[in-house]
Amino acid sequence: MLNIYFTIVLAPLFGSIIVGLAGNKLGRKASHSITILGVAISTALSLYVFNHHVLNDGEIFNQNIYTWMQIGGLNISVGFLVDNLTALMLVVVSFVSLMVHIYTIGYMHEDKGYTKFFSYISLFTFAMFTLVISNNFMQLFFGWEAVGLVSYLLIGFWHHKESAVQANLKAFLVNRVGDFGFLLGIAMVLMFFGTLDYAETFSQKDQIIGQTLYGGVSAITVVCLLLFVGAMGKSAQVPLHVWLPGSMEGPTPISALIHAATMVTAGIFMVSRMSPLFELSDVALTVVMIIGAITALFMGLLGIVQNDIKKVVAYSTLSQLGYMTVALGVSAYSVAIFHLMTHAFFKALLFLAAGSVIVALHHEQDIRKMGGLRKKMPITYVTSLLGTLALIGFPGFAGFYSKDMIIEAVHYSDLPFAEWVYFAVVLGVFITAFYSLRLLFLVFHGKSRLDSNTEEHVHETAPSITVPLILLAIPSVLIGYFTIEPMLFGGWLENAIFIDPSHHAVSKLEDHFHSAFSLITHSVMTLPFWMMVGGGLTAWVFCIYRTDWASLIQSKFKRINYVLNSLYGFDRFNEIVFVRGALKIGNLLWKISDMAIIDQLLVNGSARFARYVGAFIRPVQTGYVYHYAFFMIISLMFVLGWVLVASDYSFFS
Amino acid sequence: MDSLLSILIWLPILGAGSVLLIGNNRAQLARWISVGISVLVFILSINLFLDFDTSTSSMQFVEKASWIAQFNIFYHLGVDGISMPLIILTTFSTILVIVAGWEVINNRVADYMAAFLIMEGLIIGVFSSMDAILFYVFWESSLVPMLLIIGVWGGQNRVYASIKFFLYTFLGSVFMLVSLIYMYNLSGSFAISEMYTLPLTMVQQSWIFWAFFLAFAVKVPMFPVHTWLPDAHVQAPTGGSVILAAIMLKMGGYGFFRFSLPITPDASSSFATVVIVLSLIAIVYIGFVALVQKDMKKLIAYSSISHMGFVTLGVFALFSIMEMGVNGELISISGGSIESAYLGLEGAMVQMISHGFISAAMFLVVGVLYDRLHSREISTYGGVVNSMPKFTGFAVLFAMANAGLPGTSGFVGEFMVILGALQANFWFAFLASMTLIIGAAYTLWMVKRVFWGAITNPEVSTLSDINSREFGILVILAIAVLWMGLYPQPVIEVMHASIVNLLEQALTTKLPVLL
Repeated sequence: MLNIYFTIVLAPLFGSIIVGLAGNKLGRKASHSITILGVAISTALSLYVFNHHVLNDGEIFNQNIYTWMQIGGLNISVGFLVDNLTALMLVVVSFVSLMVHIYTIGYMHEDKGYTKFFSYISLFTFAMFTLVISNNFMQLFFGWEAVGLVSYLLIGFWHHKESAVQANLKAFLVNRVGDFGFLLGIAMVLMFFGTLDYAETFSQKDQIIGQTLYGGVSAITVVCLLLFVGAMGKSAQVPLHVWLPGSMEGPTPISALIHAATMVTAGIFMVSRMSPLFELSDVALTVVMIIGAITALFMGLLGIVQNDIKKVVAYSTLSQLGYMTVALGVSAYSVAIFHLMTHAFFKALLFLAAGSVIVALHHEQDIRKMGGLRKKMPITYVTSLLGTLALIGFPGFAGFYSKDMIIEAVHYSDLPFAEWVYFAVVLGVFITAFYSLRLLFLVFHGKSRLDSNTEEHVHETAPSITVPLILLAIPSVLIGYFTIEPMLFGGWLENAIFIDPSHHAVSKLEDHFHSAFSLITHSVMTLPFWMMVGGGLTAWVFCIYRTDWASLIQSKFKRINYVLNSLYGFDRFNEIVFVRGALKIGNLLWKISDMAIIDQLLVNGSARFARYVGAFIRPVQTGYVYHYAFFMIISLMFVLGWVLVASDYSFFS
Repeated sequence: MDSLLSILIWLPILGAGSVLLIGNNRAQLARWISVGISVLVFILSINLFLDFDTSTSSMQFVEKASWIAQFNIFYHLGVDGISMPLIILTTFSTILVIVAGWEVINNRVADYMAAFLIMEGLIIGVFSSMDAILFYVFWESSLVPMLLIIGVWGGQNRVYASIKFFLYTFLGSVFMLVSLIYMYNLSGSFAISEMYTLPLTMVQQSWIFWAFFLAFAVKVPMFPVHTWLPDAHVQAPTGGSVILAAIMLKMGGYGFFRFSLPITPDASSSFATVVIVLSLIAIVYIGFVALVQKDMKKLIAYSSISHMGFVTLGVFALFSIMEMGVNGELISISGGSIESAYLGLEGAMVQMISHGFISAAMFLVVGVLYDRLHSREISTYGGVVNSMPKFTGFAVLFAMANAGLPGTSGFVGEFMVILGALQANFWFAFLASMTLIIGAAYTLWMVKRVFWGAITNPEVSTLSDINSREFGILVILAIAVLWMGLYPQPVIEVMHASIVNLLEQALTTKLPVLL
């Protein structure tokens, strides 16, 4: 099996290196063929691995590949851990990546950086694989930052755009804030467990119970919260979410792959992986849950006021990541992973569909200038519709199951504030339906608002774009129905996730679960269903039935509108406090402390002092022998006199 | 080879003599001879690595001959796991700077090349001396070629910078000489190993510690004796900056390993907190200062100071982690493990080597730009990627390494030191980890302003991408940076035995045991 895992991980890397180094010579066709072949191999083998591990109960594979460093008794290695969670992630990542690779052929068709782009997305796939397949914290951090690097390169792919290179810097730095906490968390793990290996850490997890740090803070809570700070950065949880909307500056395929389906879910994956640790701290879990709820609700609200097609989907992603985080908080890790998976498919689909619209309209992204596209782009429309239904949780669609389970899990949770969080996630359903359908209606329904020139030329996009849409639409519709039972209650993730018996959410879910089909039939009697209908109707009213009402509401509730449009002021706050603050501190330290005090006053000051003393003493050296003789005699007399007097006090004895 | 170290020291110095004889008029020949010598020395130095016995902490490749018999001064050479990697770093970097100065230096070519070769020999001498006076002679004389390099081939304000550099570092080292002579008076020997076992009272140790500290802290450089470095870097030619950052700074770090910890263990222990605080100030404070620099070389110079903070932090963190019990057993103070003390020390070593690669690369990157537009100002550039895509690829890689991205050598040392420091004290690690944010901020912001964006300065659009000579240098450095990032174990293995021994020495008290 080791060779298979190796191939999965390295195939995209080889593709990336070959195309990265020789892309120009190979040409476009060879470049995309090589990288697609690499990812296709990974996808096929991932399915094989999935079959072996998940469907046929294969044994957990945990093996070090090579010793990264050996220090005394501490071994830090590069290694593979393949259990069911890894196997599932491999499939999700490789499949979405393959779709995005194919899609890119059409989407980047006219771009000068065509081959470079393929090299990058293959490199990303490699980095993501190393992250999910890692068996230790060091390699996790490696993958963690490597995906961040590729994300940085791809957000700034169109590097001539100032906004793009601004956004990638911001993305990297905000992620680094998360990594700052993450690294400290990893260091704490080493301190308390003496190892960075997952299995060794988890096997001795009990020894951290009851340990405290300075001031009596529970050690495990600190460890978990620090690790979670890392997850907040990568999975864009409030207040570290600010980079994700900006990441939309990158080409759409990577918005789908990196900033919706895979990289941003790394935080969710990581917390699930660390479930044995997080289960030890209810405080940490509560924080996780609350942060998730805030993200789910408030980022969804921002989706309502966005007019850029990609930004709407981006805020939707933030909100859905919030849902996953909530699930983590209530110890429903498998539900979080379930939503991660369904979301990966339907959100990748929605992004790629948005990209299809953008290409068709020659890079127009403003939904106010769209409308009525459903007849001109039927495939894009139908797949978007399916993706949207999945996102809003229409009964039977993939997102319905996963989101419903999250809401129910919160309902059953005993954590403090769970009832508030329940309120937030239910309200979130209304909001999700509202912004999603608003987007769908404004883009595809109603009257066309295109300019006449574009209007004439709009047509469905090329097959390389539409085929991935169709292939992603299939799981977006079906995957929830078929996987909910085995994944949540059938033990698919049992060998990777640990839930403390005192956390009942999932076991209660199981008690109330009958079948995937019965969830559909019962849904009409549930609150989330009517929230969804309400949200959808509201969107319909504002976008189709009475389009003038929207502006009316906006002018009535100016303040709310202002708050939403200014994105709650996070960006401004960061700009004023952190960016300008850091520059001010830097200038202050440099000009005053470094230049004025240390360099001018002390260093050059002592040089001036030496010169001054020299100038003062210099006249003594006249060059006349009798002057020197005089000084010598006088000095000698002083010294001798002093020796005589001092010897009386037996100074030298 | 019995006298490998002597060959490594004297071959470049004698070679420099022949280069000087060739003279400045036959520049091309001087270049080729110089590069030949440096490559030969590098290949020979590889033997140190290949024949190195990693299982022992004792000195290897030892040579000993009487030098000044009256004062018991010996020509005594040897290397262990701490000095050997630094020697290879020296031979490696010298090739780079000689090649880097190929077409760029047209004024007194032979002199320029000879200066670097002489410096190479002298610095290898510093790292392999086992006699304190021999060490001191090499230590001080290595200032001279650097002084000349800055003073002759430097920028506009080179005289001020070179004198500042010389006086600053010279002042520090004089105190070291005094303490070496003082210890000679006590023990009658200048052998460094004798000084390890020389009993010293706390008062004696304190004086010696601070005298050493002045010498080494200036060299590293540590806050607040760092202000010579930005000036020296800005005025030095690219090659000078590379050697300065990649190797000369390491002499300071090496001094802490070779002298301070083993000779004055008790003083090191009691003043460790001061050193750690200064290191943390260097990491955070200097990081902020780097952020606002407008001159690329200054920015990288400040970044160097910040990164070298990890070296001193890693070295002195051990005193907050471990102590030695009365029966000679190691006891944890902070609850941290002995591995975390190793992590700090070896992390410091790795950081020195890695910084050698990365700072060299960063200065060469700036050099490539400077050779073309003769400006170090960030604002001159912008959108360089449009005209120099290959070069930008390298620049981004090295910038990421400078920002400590995993997979590059920049990550390894910082990671190890942070892991170790956390076991000493959470807040040490907390402040040190700030570099993750600040380091990325100043490095990548510079990258953004220089390489990304649209071209604003028309001259930038006329830039030609790197030629094969520049490409070769950068590729070699890129391989080094990635290799150390992906597989640091060989380097760690080489130093481990020596570090274990050093930790023992550093924790063994020289004071009379009170019963």
